[in-house]
Amino acid sequence: MFSLKMHFKKQNNSVIPGFGLSMGITVTMLSLIVLIPLFSVFLILSDSTFREFWQVVTDKQTIAAYKVSLSCSAIAAVINVVFGILLAWILTRYKFPLRRVLDGLIELPFALPTAVAGIALTTLYSGEGWIGGLFAKAGIEISYTRIGITIAMIFIGIPFVVRSIQPVLEKLDPQYEEAASALGASRSRIFFKVVLPEILPAALAGFGLAFARSMGEYGSVVFIAGNIPYETQIVPLIIMNKLEQFNYPAATSIALVMVLFAFVLLFIINLIQAQINKIARG
Amino acid sequence: MRQKLVKWLLIVLGTAFLGVMLVLPLATVLVYALRQGWETFSQAIAEEYAIKALNLTLLATFITVIVNTTFGVFAAWAISKFQFRGKQVLTALIDIPFSISPIIAGLVFILVFGRIGWAYPLLEAWNIKIVFALPGIVLATIFVTFPFVSRELIPLMEAQGSDEEEAAALMGAKGLLIFRKVTLPHIKWGLLYGVILCTARALGEFGAVSVVSGHLRGQTNTLPLHVEILFNEFKLTAAFAVSSILVLIAVIILILRNIVEYRVKREER
Repeated sequence: MFSLKMHFKKQNNSVIPGFGLSMGITVTMLSLIVLIPLFSVFLILSDSTFREFWQVVTDKQTIAAYKVSLSCSAIAAVINVVFGILLAWILTRYKFPLRRVLDGLIELPFALPTAVAGIALTTLYSGEGWIGGLFAKAGIEISYTRIGITIAMIFIGIPFVVRSIQPVLEKLDPQYEEAASALGASRSRIFFKVVLPEILPAALAGFGLAFARSMGEYGSVVFIAGNIPYETQIVPLIIMNKLEQFNYPAATSIALVMVLFAFVLLFIINLIQAQINKIARG
Repeated sequence: MRQKLVKWLLIVLGTAFLGVMLVLPLATVLVYALRQGWETFSQAIAEEYAIKALNLTLLATFITVIVNTTFGVFAAWAISKFQFRGKQVLTALIDIPFSISPIIAGLVFILVFGRIGWAYPLLEAWNIKIVFALPGIVLATIFVTFPFVSRELIPLMEAQGSDEEEAAALMGAKGLLIFRKVTLPHIKWGLLYGVILCTARALGEFGAVSVVSGHLRGQTNTLPLHVEILFNEFKLTAAFAVSSILVLIAVIILILRNIVEYRVKREER
C-alpha cells in the first residue's frame, strides 16, 4: 500500500494545507477497510487450482442460480425502466396533489431495512396476504417463486431508475417540445422522437444500477425466494449456503465471479454516465 | 381535453404503481404488528432480546457513522482541493463497496479474521475476537456504507472550488481553522445529507452482518437479524412489531432526507 501512496503525488503547489494528512488518512482507511479484505479473496483462492475453481463456478446448481439471478434482475430492471420513465415524467412535468409525497416516497427502498422489506413483501404476496390471496384464487403463486423474486427486485430498484432520469428531464429545455408541437407533431410522436432519445442514456444507467443492485441484493430477496435449488436459488443464497457448510473456497470462488461481473457492469455504467455528463454540459 | 386525459391517466398509473410496490408493504408491517392488539405489540417490543438487539444496532450504527464521516471529510478534502495523479483511480476505489453484494462484504472479513483467515493466528495469540463478535459486525457495516459521506461531499466541494480556502491559507490560517470557518459552512447540509444516508443504511444492514454475526441471541444479534429469527420461527406479530420500530426510524429518516435535500440544492447554487 505504501507504493500506492507514493503514486498519488501532488502535481501543483497548492497553498492549501493538509494534503499529506488527508491523503494519508484516506489511503490508510481505504486499504484497511476495503482493499486488503478484498485481496484476501485471492489469498484464499491461491490454495486451490484453477480446475477446482472452474469446477465450482460452473457447477450445475451454480449455473442454475446465475440464470435465476440474471433473468429475474433483468426483468425487474426492464419493468423499473418503464415505470421509472413514467414516474420521472409525472414528477417533473405535472403538478398534482400528492406530488411531493410521491417524490419523497421514491427513496423508501433505500431507507427501509432490507430484512423488513423482505418479510413484508413475503407476507403481502403469500397465499394469505392481501395481494397473494387474490392471485392464489387464480391459481398463481407469487411468494417462494421467481415471480416473487422479481417483485422484490423491482422494489429495491425503483429509486435507482427514477433518480437517474429525473435530473435529465428537469434540465431538458421544453423549447424543443414546443417547437415540435408547433410543427404539428403529436404528443406521442414528440415523446418518442424528442424526449426519449434525450433520456435514453440516463435510463440505461438507471437500468444498469438497478440490475447490479438486484444481482447482489440479499435481505429483501432472501425471504421471498424459496431457496429451492435449480428453481428459486439466487447466487447470494448459494454463497450463503456454502458458508453455512464452512466450504469457504467454494463460497469465495462464486463470490469472485460475482465481483468481476459487478465490476464489468460498473465500468459500462461509468462509460454511459460520462456520455450523459457530456450531454448535460452541452 | 385529450391531453388532460393522458396526464391524469399517467398520474393514476404512477401513483398506483408506487401504492402497490411501496405503500402496501409498509402498511403490511403496521397492520400485522398491531393485529393482535396493543398489548402483544408492546410486549414484543419490550422483550429482553429485542431491546438488546436494538442497543447493538444503535451502537454499531453510531461507530459506523463516526468512522465513515471522518473518512468522508478527509477523502473529500484530498480529492476536491488538490490536483494529483491517480485521482480518478482513487475515486473509483472508494466506490467499490457500492457494487459489492452485502454477502461478499461479510465474506471478506471472514477470510481475514475467521478461522481460515490469515490474521487468525495473530488474533488467537492476543485473544481478540472479531468475527462472530461486535468488531466484525461494525467492520462489515462500515464496509457496506463506506462511500456514503465522501460521495455526497466530493461533488459539492469540487463545485465550490478552492479560491476561498487558498485566500484563507495565504492569510496564514491553519488547516483545521480553514475547514471549520471557510469550508464547513458551505457544505454543512451536504455533510448532514451524507450522514443521514449512512445512518439509514447502517441501521438496516442485514446481509453483511448476517454473515459475520454468528446469530448469538442477546449478544451478536442486531435488530434486523432479530426480525429474521422471529419471522423464521413463525412469530409473525412479533417480527412485524419489531420491524415497525425500524419502519418508524426509516420514515423519520425519509422526512429528514427530504428537508435536507432541499437545503443541499440551495447550497449548490
